[in-house]
Formats: sequence, C-alpha cells, structure tokens
Amino acid sequence: MVPFNIACGKCVFCKQELYGNCHESNSMATAVGGIFGYSNTAGGFQGWQAEYARVPYADVGPTVIPDWMDPDDAVLLTDVVPTGYQAEEMAGIQKGDTVVIFGAGPIGIMAAKSAWLFGAGRVIVIDHLEYRLDFVAKYAQCEAYNFNSIGDPVVFIKAQTDSLGADVCIDAVGCEAKGNLMNTVLGTKLLLQGGSTTALHWAINSVKKGGIVSIVGVYGPTDALVPIGNVVNKGITIRANQAAVKRNLPKLIEHVKNGVLDPKQIITHRVPLEEVADAYHIFSRKLDGCIKTVLIPPSA
Amino acid sequence: MLTDETKPSDFKKSQQADHTHIKGWGIDADPQNDPTYPIKKRINEEHEDYAWERPQQQPENAEILKSVERPNLTAVFGSASPPEGVNGAIRKLAFRYSESSYGRWLPLVLADRLGAVEGIIDDLKNGYLPNIFAERGWGAEWKYNKKSFILKFAVTAVVAAVAVSVISSKKKNKDD
Repeated sequence: MVPFNIACGKCVFCKQELYGNCHESNSMATAVGGIFGYSNTAGGFQGWQAEYARVPYADVGPTVIPDWMDPDDAVLLTDVVPTGYQAEEMAGIQKGDTVVIFGAGPIGIMAAKSAWLFGAGRVIVIDHLEYRLDFVAKYAQCEAYNFNSIGDPVVFIKAQTDSLGADVCIDAVGCEAKGNLMNTVLGTKLLLQGGSTTALHWAINSVKKGGIVSIVGVYGPTDALVPIGNVVNKGITIRANQAAVKRNLPKLIEHVKNGVLDPKQIITHRVPLEEVADAYHIFSRKLDGCIKTVLIPPSA
Repeated sequence: MLTDETKPSDFKKSQQADHTHIKGWGIDADPQNDPTYPIKKRINEEHEDYAWERPQQQPENAEILKSVERPNLTAVFGSASPPEGVNGAIRKLAFRYSESSYGRWLPLVLADRLGAVEGIIDDLKNGYLPNIFAERGWGAEWKYNKKSFILKFAVTAVVAAVAVSVISSKKKNKDD
C-alpha cells in the first residue's frame, strides 16, 4: 500500500508525523507536500493509474499488504479511509458529541463510519444525492438528509440541536460543493476563488459556539469566501490537513482485520485501466449510482 | 521589486535568543494547551529551522520550476511536465511570484488551459489524431446520461450556428 502523499521521513515535518506536509517532496509549492498525480502544484509527479509507477522514498511510505487483506480494502486504505478517519480525529470528538458531516461521497461516508469509533452521540450526513444518502444511512448507521429538501441546512441543524448547533462539523466536500449559486459561479465556473465554499460555509454556521470544524475537503490555492467573522465571534476551532496516511495506517489495518471497518463495501464500479477516462467521467459526474470506482490493471 | 524572486542567501536562520531576563517569561506555558494534538507529534527539532539531514538529492535532468519561498529544490521532485511551449513560458513567469500572490495562480490556470490545447497541437504535429471523444469520457456520458449528452450537443450546435450566422452576416454587411 503506497499512500497518496510522498514523505521523506527525514524533514522536521515527517518527524512530527505530518506525512502529508513533507518539505522534501514538492519543489513547486511549500504549502503542500508531494502527492502522486495531483498536478504540478503537488510536485509534478506522475500518477498511479498505471501498471508501474515511480515511488520516491519507497523505504518510508509503503506498507506491505497483509496476506489476509482483500486488495479492494488495501487500495482504499491508501487515501479514502485515512482521510475520512482523520477528519474525525481532527474534530477532537468527545463522547456524546453531535457530528454533522457535509458530503456523502467516499470520504464523507468513511468519516461517518469513523465518527462512532470516537464515541460520537449522533452522526448526521448532509448531501444532495439520494442514492448516496441511502447508502451512508445503511453503511454508517447514521442520519442522512438531502439539503434540497430541508430548507436552509444551517436552520435545519440548529432546529435538530435545540438551537445550539452541532458540536462538530466536517467539510468532506471541498471545492466542488453544490448548494449555492454564487459560490458555484465564482468558485467552480469562473475560478475566481479556490472553489465553491458552500459546504465550509454551512459547517461554520452550523457548528456550536466553541465547536470544531474539521476540513478534509480540498480547495484550490487562491482565496475563498468564508464567514471568518463567525469563526471569530463563535470561538470556533478549525482543523484541517491532508491525511497523514502512514501515521494512522497500523491502527486502520487493525480495524479492518477486526471487522470494525469494511471499506470495500463502498466500491460500486470496477473499471478496466484502459477505460480510465470513462471511470473518471462516471465518478466526477456521479453517473450510474457511482460512489467509488477502482481501476483494474490488465495483469490483475 | 516587481517580482518575488529570491536567492538562497535571502533565507536566514530564525533569531533564537535567551529571553529569561524578561520578567515572567514562560510562567503561563502549558504543554497541554496544544490544539495540534494528536495530529502533530512535538519533537525537540521544531525550532532548528531547515537543518535536518537531507535525503539524497535527485539529479536535475529536466528543468524544474521552484517556489520562490524555498532556497533549493526538494530532494525528490516530479519531472512529468517540464515547462515547454507557450504554457511553459507562462508557468515560468508565474513562478517568479509568491505562492500567496494571484500573480502566480491566475497565470497557472491560464497556462493549464493553454497546455491542453498545445498538447492537442503536438499530437497532430506528431501524426497522432487524439480521440477526444474517448479521452473526455464522453462514451460513459453517452452510455449513462444520453439525454444530457444529446441536449448539450444540441445546445452547442445551436450556439455555434448562431455565432457563424452573426459573423457571416457582419462580413456580408462589411463587403456591401
């Protein structure tokens, strides 16, 4: 298993176990560590949708797949599962907390599942795709609501929490968030901001005063519209990062072994590597009930 | 200074000094007040700046663009897309600016779009006809979202026809 981020193991950030923030893997931007196939901003490395790939620092990042592990679980442990898990870890969940997760994609689904591991008292997922909401409600045993049906999501969450808001809100959507025309136009279409910040906006406004907002949704490098005044006035703590896959992998492998986590259930499409363009299109346009695609190389 | 370019000598060690002479220095320090726990592991080297033992340096066999916010190339780097063509020239210009500057990111967005067009031109120059239909995943769109595909195609055709008609009409009026 090779994590999506490239870590040298020697810089001060890797030694602090911030494996997603390595200082010796991306010459092009100090703000982000090296990531496989994630554009020049993340180091200009070739991606991994291939049969063979170059792995810098191969003595640091990779972990041998245990003999008992299904490869479908293994591939999800390199990004999706650690990211969803770390979203909850950064949220500092205390037992009994109400956790609201914006986004029912693969990351949001794993975040919802992981929230219970930290002792959440209530887990709510918000999205706009019914088939994903149906899935996460069953898979993560949580509440799931469609923001097109509940009116203003912030008012809805305040109503669900006796007017106080959620203890924790997670942004598991990032730059392609739907739900607000202005954000969609400015962020997604005109690229005048680093993506549509609708999910983050709702997270900040839905969380309790003194609460925590955890961000794993990715945004572009330019500025973004965020109600920072509310962050100040409400005394919100914001935590965010790319997942330090290597740090949590031993624990997550144990969770899979013990049946606590069963990641492969979220895979809906297995596509031959030669049809990668179609796989991307199906995933990005959310066609055919797609939640997660995996690519199958010819040799598999 | 019109750009944010730096040289290695611009980067200096942080000035650490003994402040114990300041009355009350450190009396309210509380290691438990650490909002980064458990994500960041605190270690003794935190305040030693860029002084770690560096991994072996990858040889620079291609032109690698470097952020102005660091003094050197990272020990490893990707060489998948060295700067070439018009998009490469724009990228080189963009990299003369800080990562916190729009002067860096907006040109990179433009360079990315130009790079896609230049890539198609390069394919044609090398005798390869790109299958844009397949490469854009339109096969999947046709298979799973036929109505939307037909609607988009129809709208594009109508807009193109109107544009051609307007331009032809203006040209005809000019000739008259």
